[in-house]
Amino acid sequence: MRVQLTKLAHARSGDKGDTANVGLIALRDEFYPLLVREVTAERVKQHFKGICKGEVERFELPNLSALNFLLHESLDGGGTLSLMTDAQGKTFSTALLRMEIDVADQEVVKMEIQ
Amino acid sequence: MKEKILVAGGQGFWGDLLDAPVRQVEGGPIDYLMLDYLAEVTMSIMQKQRARDPSAGYARDFVPLVKQILHACVERDIKVMANAGGVNVRGCADAVRDVARELNLSRKFKIGIVTGDDILDRIDELLARGIELRSMDTGEPLSIVRERIQSANAYLGAWPMVEALNKGAQIVITGRATDTGLTLAPIIHEFGWREDDWDKLSAGTIAGHIIECGAQCSGGNCQYEWRSIPDLANVGFPIVEASADGTFVVTKHEGTGGRVSVQTIKEQLLYEMGDPMSYITPDCVADFTTIHLEDAGLNRVRVYGIKGRPATDSLKVSISYSAGFKSVGTLVYAWPDAYEKAQAADKILRSRLERLGLKFNQILTEFVGANATHGPLAGTPSPDLAEVQLRVGVRSDNRSAVERFTKEIAPLILTGPPAVTGFAGGRPKVEEIVAYWPALIPKAEIKPRVEVIEA
Repeated sequence: MRVQLTKLAHARSGDKGDTANVGLIALRDEFYPLLVREVTAERVKQHFKGICKGEVERFELPNLSALNFLLHESLDGGGTLSLMTDAQGKTFSTALLRMEIDVADQEVVKMEIQ
Repeated sequence: MKEKILVAGGQGFWGDLLDAPVRQVEGGPIDYLMLDYLAEVTMSIMQKQRARDPSAGYARDFVPLVKQILHACVERDIKVMANAGGVNVRGCADAVRDVARELNLSRKFKIGIVTGDDILDRIDELLARGIELRSMDTGEPLSIVRERIQSANAYLGAWPMVEALNKGAQIVITGRATDTGLTLAPIIHEFGWREDDWDKLSAGTIAGHIIECGAQCSGGNCQYEWRSIPDLANVGFPIVEASADGTFVVTKHEGTGGRVSVQTIKEQLLYEMGDPMSYITPDCVADFTTIHLEDAGLNRVRVYGIKGRPATDSLKVSISYSAGFKSVGTLVYAWPDAYEKAQAADKILRSRLERLGLKFNQILTEFVGANATHGPLAGTPSPDLAEVQLRVGVRSDNRSAVERFTKEIAPLILTGPPAVTGFAGGRPKVEEIVAYWPALIPKAEIKPRVEVIEA
């Protein structure tokens, strides 16, 4: 079934110049492999179509059950140049949590995904 | 040697809760108070202030704060680490001396002054010697914005601050120094860590990263179960309890609100993160994939296992330059069809700007209430939205074009779609853009200077 990331993760985002970073943290450690499997850099690039104009990089932090994404060319130049309300990319966190991923029905039951 | 050193974070940025550092001092035991005052383009504002007034150019908020906490700091031997000196570290130190005199605390403590970060006067010489200071963002050489540079400062690390502490400074004032160094320096000083003890230096650096954004690690801006976070009105700012072996606990004063949990710390660890294996500072390269977190009781998280690698031979330089002008205008459209009306108004505005022949580098329209934060991910806005704010921003090298734009917003009220309001604030302001140019410089080019004076 389709599961929205809000059921699986929390997140925080910020900026470095014109790049937004989104840290995606599994709500429970057992959800982390699902995030690794489904929330790929390609999926995130697709999800942020029209927002992220550059590459998406992904880094794994298994010790924190977290992934870190860098979304390049996403902030209208970034910093003081940007005209965006969210020039610092602070709401990219929940924008990523809108994503839905495929989780097998038996996994949903086994992991008690709410 | 003390068994544990308590380093308290007092400000997450210049403009954070004014009473937070006072509450850190008065709310319980601490050994050090660290205060980060410098955002990326703060130095350029300070350069301008100093150009008008040679005694200005530092974080002015720091001085009244010192006045409030100085008695307690001297009495309880709490040391203060602050990059409040901006482009006039000595001026800031003089102001602190004046406060000491006023409070009859002269000669009761020492002030450490760390300088050598400011390279504004050396730019031409550096460029002439082939140090191009290329932008870390775009790869372009600094020469293309040479005429527009307003400030240039290397980020100094922990070691000059350690020297100031070793020489007995109670208040250490720096110019551009890393936020992480403000936390790391006291820990190095107290435990006598070596310059090549990369794992420990990385641990102290990560401790600094956790508390450098103030309450953002202790319940503020936390998504995890945000509704249940208690008493944010009285939020406790973070405190690191560091041990000599490089492990530490993050906590906050008893009786304060907010929360310190594994989840609040994880969120802060990932904030403004690049490659987690290489968190580069002047002092070391910390590896965030080695961090282990453990619940150590109510509002206590133990951090251990951190590994790091040798520091690089470069320092980051923060350069600011004038990059044109911008302005943002807003109007609010009400139900029904608020979004459609705001869209129509935007079209009219753009058509008028074009007819006026105004040239902009960028025009950006957002519809607040519909899709300003999440863009297309927010879906199609409903015709039933109660209201939508039209928000149009422009950017140009040409000030008069931006000026003209600011005069085109209010007329939309009587000459555009209906049910519009929200112009009580008058015409939008024109802002000069001071942009940020990050670059690298060989460490050997920067000679930090440390001076410790009697207050």
